[in-house]
Amino acid sequence: MKRDEIIKTIEGAELCPGNAGVVKVPLSQFRKVAEGLRYDKESPMDFLREVVGVDWGEEGLGAVYFMESTVTGETAALKVVSDDRETALLPTVSDLWKTALIKEREAYDFLGIRFTGHPDMRRLFLREDWIGWPLRKDYDMKSNPLRLDNEINADITREYRLRKDGTLEGIDHPIFGENDFVVNMGPQHPSTHGALRMRIGLDGEVITKVDPILGYIHRGIEKMNESLTYPQTLGMTDRLDYLSAHQSRHALCMCIEKAAGIEVTERVKYIRTIMDELQRIDSHLLFYSCLVLDMGAMTPFFYGFREREMILDIFEETTGGRLIQHYNLIGGVQDDIHPTFCQKVKEFIAHLRKVIPDYHRIFTGNVIADTRLKGVGMLSKEDAISLGCTGGTGRASGWANDVRKRHPYGLYDKIDFKQITYDGCDSFSRYMVRMDEIMESCRIIEQLIDNIPEGEYRVKTKPIIKLPEGIWTSAVETSRGEFGVMIESHGDKTPYRMHFRSTGLPLVQAMDTMCRGWKFADLIAIGASADFVIPDIDR
Amino acid sequence: MEVKKMAPIRSMKYEEFKNNDYLEGLVRQLNDEGAGVILTTVDRLINWGRSNSVWGLLLGTSCCAIEFMALGAARYDMARFGFEVTRNSPRQADVLVVMGTITYRTAPVMKRLYDQMAEPKYVVAVGGCTISGGPFIKSYNVVNGIDQIIPVDVYIPGCPPRPEAFYYGLMQLQRKMKVERFLGGVNGKDLQHEPNGKKEKGGDE
Ligand code: SF4
Repeated sequence: MKRDEIIKTIEGAELCPGNAGVVKVPLSQFRKVAEGLRYDKESPMDFLREVVGVDWGEEGLGAVYFMESTVTGETAALKVVSDDRETALLPTVSDLWKTALIKEREAYDFLGIRFTGHPDMRRLFLREDWIGWPLRKDYDMKSNPLRLDNEINADITREYRLRKDGTLEGIDHPIFGENDFVVNMGPQHPSTHGALRMRIGLDGEVITKVDPILGYIHRGIEKMNESLTYPQTLGMTDRLDYLSAHQSRHALCMCIEKAAGIEVTERVKYIRTIMDELQRIDSHLLFYSCLVLDMGAMTPFFYGFREREMILDIFEETTGGRLIQHYNLIGGVQDDIHPTFCQKVKEFIAHLRKVIPDYHRIFTGNVIADTRLKGVGMLSKEDAISLGCTGGTGRASGWANDVRKRHPYGLYDKIDFKQITYDGCDSFSRYMVRMDEIMESCRIIEQLIDNIPEGEYRVKTKPIIKLPEGIWTSAVETSRGEFGVMIESHGDKTPYRMHFRSTGLPLVQAMDTMCRGWKFADLIAIGASADFVIPDIDR
Repeated sequence: MEVKKMAPIRSMKYEEFKNNDYLEGLVRQLNDEGAGVILTTVDRLINWGRSNSVWGLLLGTSCCAIEFMALGAARYDMARFGFEVTRNSPRQADVLVVMGTITYRTAPVMKRLYDQMAEPKYVVAVGGCTISGGPFIKSYNVVNGIDQIIPVDVYIPGCPPRPEAFYYGLMQLQRKMKVERFLGGVNGKDLQHEPNGKKEKGGDE
């Protein structure tokens, strides 16, 4: 085990409590340990799942790094703290993992930790003229009132380097090249699928750089959660990625259940798994509708929504909600399934199997799909891993990253299903992965729907839920990738820090890689095939 | 001639609408100002056209916008009511439909979109987030109600509102358009929008 090895060999390294197995390493040793893990001979930790900035008060400011090896599946987690609150500095790891380029910016934005050697230390979610660091514990919530003056975005970004004598040096980099023609897209644009804004550098019609500007829907959920009790925090997850509402909430419930030692019944596991898969079909149908709409086809949009409405009806009967359902609760689900649930689901699956060939007939073989998706927007497997593009986007690049297989939860270890991967690495593969996953989800549901065991739909929990001290994590496969929850508990009824791994953040970061060298018009198709939901990115 | 019959909507009875007193107030005002015979007839014709082809500018930032997409599809089919045309340019739109949380970063953008629209223009606030900040009211980055920034004509509560609620709200907007004086009224004359004030609250709740 990597964990024991680090603790044995690195002086001052210690294990933190919780199920995440986080090892705290001294700041001076951190780079060495990270490099060692990244380039390990047997199991190189090539997938950096998450970088979570945390304010540990007296202890200082720092971050937790979660990583995993795609070769062996081994995981590791490091914690590193800088005790200087005034000028908190951590060494960057963005040269080891590309995804750190954006995740470290997030930590900078929230906590004011500067990463030395990071080439682009700009704010990520908040206005560039924002004052203070909202996720610090001493942040004054009133310090940034609403302002209506237009925001000016800088064209120059700063890199911080440590000189030999320990002083800090700032180096400026221009964001775009000298000859780039910069076009702005969004945040109010019908094809960005939400309030996403991109600045696009162009050379003629060819894209030279995509600079996403996020935060147009940054709601500050992580900070709000710090003052909510655990049952209250559930309300926020449905609104992150609303097309993965069940799954995200499932992740949070699981994390809390694991930490509090609550066992859910088999029945609950069945219900949750079925709901998760229905949600996946729902989301992929919407993906199909939007993708083809972006390509200029109207009829398939109606197809997708026709079937989607059937799922929403099934949801509504049991949960009372169409889009946002608030169904999972700590220890179970809110209510038992509707008496007609099983029958309706079976009817729906049978219907869906009949109509999906129509979907393919109208679009998949079409010349427009052919020319605009095939061979466009390449994302190599190495890049997908380094950028942390999980979900269908990663699987279309040949990276088998399905959490349902990697770390099974619910009933996924008991049922027979295939992990869909393609190795086309292009927009078309990304499209096909999702279309095939619809069929795979049907198979999963069919295996479960007739065997839902009797039992409680919810186990009794204590009226006030407190989690034992430590760092707790859980992960699920949502409709668009790995969604993770990290809770740091100090033993109270509210979390000390609650962080969600966004599925979409790596995807918008990857837009730059995928779009470079392609025409401006391809950007829309590539973006649609990457399938991100903006509120999940911004949180 | 008195304007008597108020804002008929074919799909729903007058008594079934709430907030009728608001519209009645508008009509009373119209009569007090002495709406002329010819003017009223022409106005009525124009308003009939206006209210049945409401072009929306969609500012959909999050969840509520997905429910709006359902309206566009076959089951709910908003084309039946005359508001299926959406424009992506503020210059061509009659009504700004704000769906989803408005954050501090988006607020200036929204204001600018509103300012770019031509008169007469309307605003519909969809969902708890736009009305008050909704579930995120305590956040450091969320606007607690877009009526702090731009005047709102119709509020559609819900999180997200059901498609039926969307209809109801948009029909209320149509009714409002129908009892307005167009020539020499809402057209041409810049309405007095105080930056922080509201137009009288109308529509739903
Ligand atoms: S009102 Fe509810 S559904 Fe609508 S945007 Fe806000 S959180 Fe989402």
